[in-house]
Amino acid sequence: MKFVDEFRDAELGRALAGEILAVVEPSRHYKIMEVCGGHTHAIYKYGVDDLLPANVELVHGPGCPVCVIPMGRVDDGISLAHEPGVIFTCFGDMVRVPGSSQTLLDARAEGADVRIVYSPLDALRIAKQNPDREVVFFAIGFETTAPSTALTLRRAKAENVGNFSVMCSHVTIVPPLRALLESPDLRLDGFIGPGHVATIVGARPFQFLPDQYGKPVAISGFEPLDLLQSVLMVLRQLAEGRAEVENQYARVVPWEGNLRALEIMSEVFALRAHFEWRGLGFISQSALRLSDAYAEWDAEERFSVPGVRVADPKACQCGEVLKGVIKPWECKVFGTACTPERPIGTCMVSPEGACAAYYNYGRFAREREVA
Amino acid sequence: MPETVSERESKILSIIETARAKRPKFRDSHITMSHGAGGKATTSLIEGLFVPAFASPTLEALADAGAVRIDWLELALTTDSFVVKPLRFPGGSIGELAVNGTVNDLAMAGARPLALTLSLVLEEGLSAETLRGEVRVIARAAREANVQIVAGDTKVVERGHADGMYVCTTGLGRRDPRARLAPDRLQPGDRILVSGTIGEHGTAIMLARGELGLDADIESDTCSLWPTVDGLLDAAGAGLHCLRDATRGGVASVLNELARASGVAMIVREAAVPVQPAVAGAAEILGIDPMYVANEGKLVAFVGSEHAARALAALRAIPGGEDAAEIGEVKTDPPGMVLVETAFGGRRVMDQLVGDPLPRIC
Repeated sequence: MKFVDEFRDAELGRALAGEILAVVEPSRHYKIMEVCGGHTHAIYKYGVDDLLPANVELVHGPGCPVCVIPMGRVDDGISLAHEPGVIFTCFGDMVRVPGSSQTLLDARAEGADVRIVYSPLDALRIAKQNPDREVVFFAIGFETTAPSTALTLRRAKAENVGNFSVMCSHVTIVPPLRALLESPDLRLDGFIGPGHVATIVGARPFQFLPDQYGKPVAISGFEPLDLLQSVLMVLRQLAEGRAEVENQYARVVPWEGNLRALEIMSEVFALRAHFEWRGLGFISQSALRLSDAYAEWDAEERFSVPGVRVADPKACQCGEVLKGVIKPWECKVFGTACTPERPIGTCMVSPEGACAAYYNYGRFAREREVA
Repeated sequence: MPETVSERESKILSIIETARAKRPKFRDSHITMSHGAGGKATTSLIEGLFVPAFASPTLEALADAGAVRIDWLELALTTDSFVVKPLRFPGGSIGELAVNGTVNDLAMAGARPLALTLSLVLEEGLSAETLRGEVRVIARAAREANVQIVAGDTKVVERGHADGMYVCTTGLGRRDPRARLAPDRLQPGDRILVSGTIGEHGTAIMLARGELGLDADIESDTCSLWPTVDGLLDAAGAGLHCLRDATRGGVASVLNELARASGVAMIVREAAVPVQPAVAGAAEILGIDPMYVANEGKLVAFVGSEHAARALAALRAIPGGEDAAEIGEVKTDPPGMVLVETAFGGRRVMDQLVGDPLPRIC
């Protein structure tokens, strides 16, 4: 496939692996966090870590939009889906996420009208086609998906679509990274920066990582060669004693970000004072709500949602997995009580979740011999 | 002495594999769309509810068609329902699927298709022209597959209950004396062949539903696979160990089912799997692996290594089989697992899907 295969070239991969081997100190153990769940998925899908030396460890970060949604928030969504007359729309990943008593897929089996959409604009279209129904869109995601929600809301306002509303659970990437670095139980050497978030916000917001914490960053694309090259960039910075933000994904990410996307986001959204993150607890100014100008389209204003904070199941260690403190397989319930078909924690649901990626792709990957 | 990290990791992995190897239980409180997607939820329904309830040794073989023996006569019997939406799509329609799907289930058991029954569930308000069209299509497909339609049934349900029409066919076939096909005949060293490019049917349906805003020239591959099986049996005879048509859940699901059923490992070379560029492109955009996408006219064959070259040549000699390929090999360890050598040079597991948010495809 043109423009894709070029970034999956095995020979170039082996060459990069050789360069990486030349840069690392054999006696040192390196821990590099890939922030984005899309990276985690790609690493396992292509077997990228098979090409890394054993002392370069990739630690999976908190950037999986489904994984960070707390259980109480899922319950709120399910409660909205059960409201009479509501068509509840969301991305496919969300329907299998367990709330405290059921998933959206279970709610649908019980009669709730839950529909999977590929874009918030599809949800708006459903609203226009069903003027006598209330259509709610469960908006999740980091800055990557927030602009498309914003654009949809702007259109809903312009066209005065009154039966459409958004349950806004968009989050921002910088606050959880800060929270991670303040946490004492994790020692990281550098970061693979989230390429798609950076496409919107630019590379500049990640400057605090080298400036305040002395950590090198390489903002990375999502193909296997992108990831290997970014690992190499971080390792080179470490070898040369540098710490800066480098942009491996320059073919997509402008330093200043996408100004039009940022402008529409600031029109439609406002920062929430606090937001609960799954496993990470409350982080201030880490999520978005609809701005006052769009309050009319805010599902949380239009309907009453329980808004109850639900503690994660005791056995679930998603928080530690999201923080990179433990590997997925180190969780007590991994693969036994918690599996993709019967997940306890969110990390096992989304294909971007570290546990699902490891369970679906990663097992036995390191075993070189297949007899 | 404390265990090393990798020792602990492999210990945990082996516990997981033991759990995976057990017969899945059906513990859900409701049927969800996942139970129909051909992945793990479907397996739990079949192996956790149906098979134990009916206590039939033939059913326990979990083959595409059941073996029925009357004195010296060896027959194969199978049944299938079709609920595809939309009814017509590029490359085919529900009527063609209903004939070919059942004919193919017989063919996978090494049985020459002889006769079909046809049940129609029609929705109030269905246009007679649509019905006439499908009847014509069914007649043509049956003629082409050389089977007779020998009995039928019709039910009509209220508007809003059947998406236009549902079709159910039951097929009877006669086991070919050349065929000795069974999952337990898989052996380490067997070669894994596919009969052509994969993923067209499922992709064509997804695009035909028009919900994705994608447009591409992709047609369903629906066709009768008996001529292909006939050719394979001529070329490899008893060297042909097992056959599966890669329908719902795609090639990946077929490999996983058989790896589990036969307690063998399989390794697939991703770069060797034939995929049309348009299908690969659509799958890339949608974030789907073509290995999990449905086919309606492609089979996976497991052939003893000494017969593999002849079998592959036979597949390629059949019209439409030019892209047939050897994609991997049966191994012993780790049992029940399918592994992929990625085109990039890494290695990963290719597990069964849990269930998918994809639309109804057959």
